[in-house]
Amino acid sequence: MKAPLSWLKDYVKITLPPTDLAHRLTMAGTEVSSIETVGGWEHIVVGQVVAIEPHPGADRLKLAIVDVGGERFTSVCGAPNVDVGQKVPFAHIGAQFLDPDSGALIKLKKTRIRGVESQGMVCSERELGISDRHEGILVLPDDAPLNVPLDEYLGDAILDMDVTPNRPDCLSVIGIAWEAGALTGQAVSVPDVRYDEAGGPAEQAASVEIIDPDLCPRYCATLLTNVTIGPSPLWMQQRLLACGMRPISNIVDVTNYVMLEYGQPLHAFDFDKLAQRRIMVRRARPGERLTTIDDIDRPLTPDMLVICDGEGPVAVAGIMGGSASEVTEGTTSILLESANFNAASLRRTSARLKLRSEASLRFEKGLSPELPMPAVRRATQLMARFSGATVAGGVIDAYPGKKNSERVSLTARRVEKVLGIPIEMDRIGKVLSDLGFDPQPAGANEYSVAVPYWRTDIRLADDLVEEVARIVGYDEIPTTLPSGALPEYHPDPMRQLREQVSDILVGCGMQEAITYSLTSLEALGGALPGSSIAPLKVANRITAEQEYLRTSLRPWLLQALSANEKHEEDGVRLFEVAKVYLPRDDDLPREVQMLAGVLCGPRLDRSWHGDAGQVDFFDAKGIVETLLARLGVAADFELAEQEAFSPGRAAAILAQGSRLGALGELHPRVAEAFEISSQPVCLFEIDLETLLPMTTTSRKYQPVARYPATIRDIALVVDRELPAAAVQSIIEGSPLAAQVTLFDVYTGDRVPAGRKSLAFRIAYQSPGRTLTDEQVNKEQEKLLKRLQREAGATLRA
Amino acid sequence: MLEELEQTRSRALDELGGLANSNDLEDWRVRYLGKKGALTLVLRGLGRLPLDERKAVGASANQVKSLLEQGYADRKEALKQEAYQELELGVAVEKLDVTLPGRPVSLGRLHPVTQTLREICDIFAALGFQVVEGPEVEWDYYNFEALNIPADHPARDMFSTFWIDAQDSSKPMLLRTHTSPMQIRVMEKTRPPVRVVVPGKVYRYEATDATHESMFYQVEGLAVDENITLADLKGTLFAFAKRLFGEQRKVRFRCDYFPFVEPGVDMAIDCFLCEGKGCRLCSGTGWIEILGAGMVHPDVLRRVDYDPEVYTGFAFGMGVERIPMLRYGIDDIRLFYSNDLRFLRQF
Repeated sequence: MKAPLSWLKDYVKITLPPTDLAHRLTMAGTEVSSIETVGGWEHIVVGQVVAIEPHPGADRLKLAIVDVGGERFTSVCGAPNVDVGQKVPFAHIGAQFLDPDSGALIKLKKTRIRGVESQGMVCSERELGISDRHEGILVLPDDAPLNVPLDEYLGDAILDMDVTPNRPDCLSVIGIAWEAGALTGQAVSVPDVRYDEAGGPAEQAASVEIIDPDLCPRYCATLLTNVTIGPSPLWMQQRLLACGMRPISNIVDVTNYVMLEYGQPLHAFDFDKLAQRRIMVRRARPGERLTTIDDIDRPLTPDMLVICDGEGPVAVAGIMGGSASEVTEGTTSILLESANFNAASLRRTSARLKLRSEASLRFEKGLSPELPMPAVRRATQLMARFSGATVAGGVIDAYPGKKNSERVSLTARRVEKVLGIPIEMDRIGKVLSDLGFDPQPAGANEYSVAVPYWRTDIRLADDLVEEVARIVGYDEIPTTLPSGALPEYHPDPMRQLREQVSDILVGCGMQEAITYSLTSLEALGGALPGSSIAPLKVANRITAEQEYLRTSLRPWLLQALSANEKHEEDGVRLFEVAKVYLPRDDDLPREVQMLAGVLCGPRLDRSWHGDAGQVDFFDAKGIVETLLARLGVAADFELAEQEAFSPGRAAAILAQGSRLGALGELHPRVAEAFEISSQPVCLFEIDLETLLPMTTTSRKYQPVARYPATIRDIALVVDRELPAAAVQSIIEGSPLAAQVTLFDVYTGDRVPAGRKSLAFRIAYQSPGRTLTDEQVNKEQEKLLKRLQREAGATLRA
Repeated sequence: MLEELEQTRSRALDELGGLANSNDLEDWRVRYLGKKGALTLVLRGLGRLPLDERKAVGASANQVKSLLEQGYADRKEALKQEAYQELELGVAVEKLDVTLPGRPVSLGRLHPVTQTLREICDIFAALGFQVVEGPEVEWDYYNFEALNIPADHPARDMFSTFWIDAQDSSKPMLLRTHTSPMQIRVMEKTRPPVRVVVPGKVYRYEATDATHESMFYQVEGLAVDENITLADLKGTLFAFAKRLFGEQRKVRFRCDYFPFVEPGVDMAIDCFLCEGKGCRLCSGTGWIEILGAGMVHPDVLRRVDYDPEVYTGFAFGMGVERIPMLRYGIDDIRLFYSNDLRFLRQF
């Protein structure tokens, strides 16, 4: 919403500089996003053309003799419209103006043009920066005061404001005037809207009937005859332009002007084109259509409210008129509509028709049904004044939705309870009165407040509390801390686990990533070939890459790895802890916290210390083992076949009988789907919901061993297919084996074909005594026999 | 025997003086004092001597032994001191090129948004707020209806929404556009006093550019009790701003509109770059808007069966990315979720 300061001054005295006023408005809720200054015209004044003489040296140039307060200047002028008697903007030598060709600011110098000295310049709108017009000079109204600086006469500041959706009243200059008045303690005066009603009674000439009062609480109309269509006055055109609207004609301009002035959209029909001279407001019937003034033929549906004449729709209520009844140059009589429509219905219709206008933007915010009357009177007054029309008697007023105005009760106690600071009753009363409210004392510390009709946002006492706070100013509110008791503490173990997991992985040298929750079917399919979960889809995607709610963290993580490997010399190690979304019938999806990590490239950053090789399955496993060990969860790993992983190079992560997740080297097909060139790419994934209960089991302290351990190394030859973990767990079954470490795995010539050698270091230890060699030997004998029996293991020679 | 002992003593002490390093010294110790050393052999042979002789030789042997042991200890200490001296003089020491890089250790980091979220939550935790989380896919009811934003309300324009493509159109599902639905969910489940912060992802159906993302993080705050006031909101946010942005920060409230609070405000801090004088960061205003807030709307309280005559509350919601953007001068919000290591590594 734009409001020129000069226009605001019609209703309220503005005492502050524009920037100060803008600041106060902003602090009080109407944010002034910019101030456009019109003017800054130094050495340009109002002059009068007193004579025109031909230029002795050029046919197309004239000499304009301009009087500026008694002094006369000769200006060489090429404008076709310059004429004797005109008041014009006259630039003295030294003034700055905009070059009409380049748009650059240049300084006017004394020059001779074709042999005649030009002592100044008569300016066009473009030269003054008011508009683009440059066909001729700007002709000022006859009452423009001579020799007054143009800044004083035409200078202005236009406030551009972001109005919040609850304040449609501030989509009007009068609404802003009320704000400015209350903020500066100035009274507001609204226009006197009386006019002559020389015609016959309007109600006899036309009829208005509201069929669907739920969607149209009120419809006011006036009639004007003997209308002469023409341009509106210059001042009105300039105000419309300043507010970003295009001047069209006296009638149309008035409807727009009054909309900007009062916030009430209006529509002027060519009354002669309304069949049977009647208006009916009803829902559209199936199959009805209307060609709107933008010449588009629009199908209407029964949930849309339309304005009809005796034959059918002539306008979509509050949104756009029909071209058949549009005001044209030949129009001589007008039916002027000023109505109130249901905000929600109008918003739906404008969304359906994809038609949003200045009018619909106001209607959809919920205007007061009291507003149409003053607005229609104001518009009728201006139309009659500018078009010479005769106004019919009275206003046709169909008002089925009239409600009794209710008063809102406000106590000083409530103000203090909400704001935390007492405010005197007198001060509360003054703020409310300044804003147009009528606070009547009702008891010692209470007001019964009548709400002005244009403040449709005020319903509750707390709404009034805000009025008080924003006008008094939030700077007066002190800073305190809540004083009450703290609520009972409820821990969030999942959040704690997530933080712990992230911290451990960061410690393992992994970088946390945060990727998008929305992905594509293609990416999900590429990352999880053979997966069958149908993800949730958004109905209104922005891009095809983000259309489905992810059921896996893999796609975006692999995309991030792919994008990074292209510029990373060293390895890429990324992890993400986030939700996946698993659809459920008739309910919100199950949002499951997952962990996924990906790594590829060199094991260590390139350095002079030498190469440590490429990461592989066991790097990923090492990270998973570190994580789980740190969380106190003992896990098993089982060879697993998954389409996403290379055959034989993936494992399921198991713990306490549940599957926690998976890890492995990516199948080349998956890597290719994400255009990843590194080989191998390792991925791990853990379901944190399954992990969580395993991490919360309490731990118990084990006394530190007091007696020394005896270390023995053994190398066992077993079948190559036998998992090392199976052998290890047999050894760990020995009551004296305190620690078992696999330190070498060998397959090759020095063991029989199909066999492998596993070398373990065993620390034998007893919590109660120092073991003798003999005791250790005996235990190891027993162990070797069991290994032979249960794992077919032989001691390697 | 005594004579033999005397010879051993003088030979050993003679040799001792000429020993130049610790290896030779160790050999010397083994030779004389070791298990099979000369002196040990003498002592072992004592048993074969007659009693009177045994006494004299024994005493003498022990004397020699302690003499040699002392000599060994002294020589050892002297060699150590010589070695230190040599080290300090830098004789024959291979010097490291200490400018060579150390052995690489893989370095991980938390995402800057996670770092900021933790910081925010920690501050509010210290102010007595508990951290809770909620669903990102929400019902229209929690995201809009219960927050005074019914269907076709103009405030819906403030929240461009991703809708879930679902069969049942009577119960629309969406990606939450703010963390505010958790205000309702928390109050539905508990009675006052309530004091929570809600971090989480939110979504907007918006074309992305340098200042807009379709997914970002918010932190919601809610406090409801019998005596919660706007002054408490201001004080709480003031304490927060000082801890996050520095002790000397000032806060400013300005009237703003959110349908689920009344009064509604937005909070700004004075610009930490120019100290409020006005610069590019604060668009010349001296103030940086940080969050929206207000007193919980009485209709919202009524909806969860809290009596607004008894209970009042404040709520606030802030965008998280904006904070590292301001702090580090990041000029494009899209950098956060593109996960480029060259970006992430800087935090």
